[in-house]
Amino acid sequence: MLKKCMGVINLDENEDMIQELTRNRLLASIPIAGRYRVIDFILSSLSNAGVENVGIFSKMQCRSLTDHIGDGRPWDLNRRVEGIRVFNFSTLEPRVDDVYSFANNIEYFERSAQEYLLLTSSYMVCNIDFNEVMDFHKRSGDDITIVYKHVDDAQDNFFLCETLDIDEDGRVEGAGRNIGKDNEADICMEMYLMKKTIFIDLLTECVTSGRFRKIKNAIYSSLDRYKVRAFEYKGYLRCINSLQAYYKASMEMLNPRIYKQLFLDERPIYTKTTTEVPAKYLEGNAVKNSIIGNGSIIEGTVKNSILFRKVHIGKGAVVNNCIIFQGATIGDGCKLTNIIADKYVDIEPGKELKGDKDMPFVVAKKRELVREV
Amino acid sequence: MRKREVVAMILAGGQGSRLGVLTQNLAKPAVPFGGRYRIIDFTLSNCSNSGIYTVGVLTQYMPMELHTHIGVGSPWDLDRLNGGVFILPPHQKASGANWYQGTADAVYQNIPFIDAYEPNLVLVLSGDHIYKMDYNKMVAFHKDKGARCTIAVTDVPINEAPRFGIMNTNDDLSIYEFEEKPRHPKSTKASMGIYVFDWQLLREALIEDANKPESVHDFGKNVIPAILERGEKLYAYPFKGYWKDVGTVESLWEANMDLLDENDDLDIGDPTWRVYSLAQARPAQYIGNAAKVQDSIVVDGCEIHGEVIHSVLSTNVKVERNAKIIDSVIMPDVYIGENAIINKAIIGSNAIIRKNSVVGDGRNVTSIGLYEEVKAGMVAN
Repeated sequence: MLKKCMGVINLDENEDMIQELTRNRLLASIPIAGRYRVIDFILSSLSNAGVENVGIFSKMQCRSLTDHIGDGRPWDLNRRVEGIRVFNFSTLEPRVDDVYSFANNIEYFERSAQEYLLLTSSYMVCNIDFNEVMDFHKRSGDDITIVYKHVDDAQDNFFLCETLDIDEDGRVEGAGRNIGKDNEADICMEMYLMKKTIFIDLLTECVTSGRFRKIKNAIYSSLDRYKVRAFEYKGYLRCINSLQAYYKASMEMLNPRIYKQLFLDERPIYTKTTTEVPAKYLEGNAVKNSIIGNGSIIEGTVKNSILFRKVHIGKGAVVNNCIIFQGATIGDGCKLTNIIADKYVDIEPGKELKGDKDMPFVVAKKRELVREV
Repeated sequence: MRKREVVAMILAGGQGSRLGVLTQNLAKPAVPFGGRYRIIDFTLSNCSNSGIYTVGVLTQYMPMELHTHIGVGSPWDLDRLNGGVFILPPHQKASGANWYQGTADAVYQNIPFIDAYEPNLVLVLSGDHIYKMDYNKMVAFHKDKGARCTIAVTDVPINEAPRFGIMNTNDDLSIYEFEEKPRHPKSTKASMGIYVFDWQLLREALIEDANKPESVHDFGKNVIPAILERGEKLYAYPFKGYWKDVGTVESLWEANMDLLDENDDLDIGDPTWRVYSLAQARPAQYIGNAAKVQDSIVVDGCEIHGEVIHSVLSTNVKVERNAKIIDSVIMPDVYIGENAIINKAIIGSNAIIRKNSVVGDGRNVTSIGLYEEVKAGMVAN
């Protein structure tokens, strides 16, 4: 177990391509898979590996994230000593980079008792055993281990993700970006394992030299100085870096075969639990191939869709290939296709809304579609 | 310890033998209910919602799952700095070790626990009833009447009255007579087994009762009649609303089916009176392509490929293709194989119903025990 390793979740993630869902929240707290938030996957992986000290370096707009994290109890991270902490980026400057906020909290790193540090992102949706990564790292004796996945669907599923250039011995020689040229690629999962002292050295250098505003760039520029090795992850992976990627990954989860690669009995995914009542399937409903959250009331037709908790589907409504967030009401007789409805939106009876299967239409939060007069 | 006005004591130690195989290895209050609850959640949530944060739970019979469920009480906000929920099993004393001999004895043996909080009032509750009740209203009634003991009563049909403890009252609701299961009932006010006592009175009555060799140390049979005989002021508090003692397989099934009623009086979804429970980290429910779910309630962790009609499915139930579940209650972690038919049954937790088997005949309620296996092609009625 990774008692000697601290986890740092870096939420300095590019949200430009998923702004429709990040207007009121961070990418890390976008709802996913009927009852989770994006960050639950990495938090659960850290917790399942026995990491007991996790720092989340957050950005502005983090109310929904701090609500969700609370004291960390759902992930067994509410500890007397250490446990989970959420650090905010400066509130003055909305677009500062991670080096700035890491440096401002250097004491946290220095005072933490752990020998190792695992730096991760949140948007890589996977279920990874970090103990394997640690074993690999220790066996190699190298300075830094970066986790990657070799994929043959880079154009479809990993557009704009970072890639690694790995030599025959598994050494990382460089890092780039997947701009959709090749289907085969080594996708960087933005998970970096190293001794804490190396992290602090890198950070100090960033600050004193002023050369890098993002810590990972400092790592990529030190490949000649540090021995950096790549660890191959072979499980299911998706990167939620755009609205399309989010929609595609969500729809994929309706396939029980894929779902089961992510939600493993031996390494459960945890999330904040609620006191919602069971879902009610009333007369006249027809639900097929869908994920349904507790507390939902279904009177209409739901196909190939994901409903979060407390969603109401009215009589005669037809919901196809949609993602409906918590508390949304879909009025009687509505027809929705390829729609993402944000939390608590209220779609008036009889509305017909249609998005495209590659470009879903997002009904934004707290915006009621005006009833026709 | 900080003084408390009210301390609640929940009786949760009974065997519940009328639930048969469902309580063979499980205390009745820990029996799963309504998809994601256990029976005791209702009483614990009532305490929490009523602002009563000092609660003793008296356990004895097969308590392990019950103890695990309650834990430190955080699901009900009962993990408090002062007070909170306390599990009180029988324990050894300098004078010897005794099991709880009856409901009154269980409270008697824990007099020091109650004394520590110096309460004015003690609320004695059952851990095996399904209802939502604001105990504050009953306490206010108790004080208003200047009562020394108040018993909550619910109106039952006169033909059912002989099954209950019946309170015969004057116009002002003071009780002049208590009849346990009367053949010819004079009133329809049935005791709900919910009592408010002035602690000093109850304390005396419990000590007195403990010293009576002929007593069976039961609240209904011994303590209440003795207090009445002393000429103390007893009042009946009329409770209106859903209340069900789920002591039999039949009534447990009925109470579950009541949740499917659109005009369900219990209304577990009431946002002003939440029913809390220990939540599990299971993925959201998945309804497959071939599935049909009608008139039913389903919770997280379920995976359904078959047909579910007018039934209650609990956490983590898997229903395979062409299986058919009608008018049934499926408890957590049950597996139901292909082509199995379940008709009017309660299936205990972790049971395995293999393919092509038939459980229940749609007439009487059939129950299958915890971890029981119904082999492929078998018929179990």
